[in-house]
Amino acid sequence: MICLGIESTAHTFGIGLVSSSGKIIVDINDTYQPPPGRGIHPRKAAQHHCDVAPKVLKQALQKSKIGLEKIDAIAFSVGPGLGPALRTGATVARALAVWLEKPLIPVHHAIGHIELASLTTGAKDPLVILVSGGHTAIIAFGDGYWRTFGETQDITLGNLLDMLAREAQFSSPGGSVIESLAHKGERYLDLPYVVKGNDVSYSGLLTAAIKMYKAGCRLEDVCYSVQEVSFAMLSEAAERALAHTEKKAVLLTGGVAANKRLQQMLNIISKEHNADLFIVPKIYSGDCSAQIAWTGILACQSGIKVNVDKSFIKSKLRLDKVFIPWR
Amino acid sequence: MVLLRKGAEAELYQESWYGLNIIRKVRTVKAYRHPKLDLELRQSRTGREAQIMHEAKGSGVPIPLIFRVDMNSTTITMQYVEGSRVKDLLHSLSSKKRLRLCSQIGQLIGRLHRNRIIHGDLTTSNMILSETGKLFFIDFGLSEHSEELEKRGVDLLLMKRAFYSTHYSFALECFKAVTEGYATEMGEETCKNVVERVNKIAKRGRYVSKR
Repeated sequence: MICLGIESTAHTFGIGLVSSSGKIIVDINDTYQPPPGRGIHPRKAAQHHCDVAPKVLKQALQKSKIGLEKIDAIAFSVGPGLGPALRTGATVARALAVWLEKPLIPVHHAIGHIELASLTTGAKDPLVILVSGGHTAIIAFGDGYWRTFGETQDITLGNLLDMLAREAQFSSPGGSVIESLAHKGERYLDLPYVVKGNDVSYSGLLTAAIKMYKAGCRLEDVCYSVQEVSFAMLSEAAERALAHTEKKAVLLTGGVAANKRLQQMLNIISKEHNADLFIVPKIYSGDCSAQIAWTGILACQSGIKVNVDKSFIKSKLRLDKVFIPWR
Repeated sequence: MVLLRKGAEAELYQESWYGLNIIRKVRTVKAYRHPKLDLELRQSRTGREAQIMHEAKGSGVPIPLIFRVDMNSTTITMQYVEGSRVKDLLHSLSSKKRLRLCSQIGQLIGRLHRNRIIHGDLTTSNMILSETGKLFFIDFGLSEHSEELEKRGVDLLLMKRAFYSTHYSFALECFKAVTEGYATEMGEETCKNVVERVNKIAKRGRYVSKR
């Protein structure tokens, strides 16, 4: 079975093909980049997706050398994300499903991150650390649902890094810029450290960091300290959840999973608790279509599909509210 | 000295000390975080934990007796409580006993809150039911003083989260029993306000569809 997956939750529009054996046949993504110092404008992101959709589809089909007739299902990211961006992807998906007369599969974007990471790393029954622009959550699976052990009470780790980068006039997503600047940081600056049980809160940290930067602190030192504090907070929450759940595997996924310092911290924690750390490969850490296509296969095989006239996007859809029959 | 448990931020050693069965809670160096941040967190939490546990005891919440606090090695020496963690026994109780225990949990949380103590890490891992049937609260490392509705709300939200993540098959009834027990200490009115705040805080989270 082959599933065509469409990703369009935020800045990335992508179309990918994945087979039921878990082979990622093709994964074409095109990312909208807002001007430096600005965030994603939902309408402009949607316009970008609309502009690149035909080109991306063509590329995916040409590169895969797979004809449309070989495709068994169409999966699309149903949410959570930016409404206009989601609607663009959903429109393409509906059109293909109707035209090809194939089932239309709604996929929760974050579950896509988890499933693709599980596929590519082989992690079994992990404590998942999901860190991206949309999510910062510590979760584990139990009885049909992902259960939230800890999460951010306000902005996500990806938000924090992006907004700091934006403040320094870099373009979004800003995680990698912050990481390379942090590398050159020397001085550790005191920033608010807020852990509430297994939850974290980053909004105060962001405000304090921006204040420091504006007051003339070296940007490298600010980035270094923000990484040190924010990652330590998440790591502590993760360690609490790990000690509580006693899982033997930890899976790090989402865009921020590419950060080496965060990987290093979680590696130390996992070792302390005799758990193996699995990290999603860098090319699949950010938003991509393969995550939707692969989860589409899992969902389709469990009989999940949606009628086109009921295939509304859900811009606010919590990860722990989605029933997962395949795990 | 036997390593009893490796928690998230401390190692627990069980040993005999002047004829007493004791626990040594050692906040060990965390190699993953910056040394300055690490020392600061370990020292402030050790001090706060000992101080607030002492106060909790004064307000009628059973806690292990503290024998010694060493700020240099960030170690607290305390009484070893014979019993089981609530996390491990909750599922094996009869429904009636489970609800009674949850109500008792709520009552103790209320007692803390009434005495301006916020526990900061309410999970079923941090509660011990002793062999004599007495409920103990432990792990006050994230605790603080406050009477704010917001802090009380966060405290109860963490408790609710613990039920929904770890004891999901009876989370609803358990949390309800907790709030009932809480109300017996805090009064119906305050309890209602805190529970409302719990819901409000939860709605601030990511991707909540009904705000």
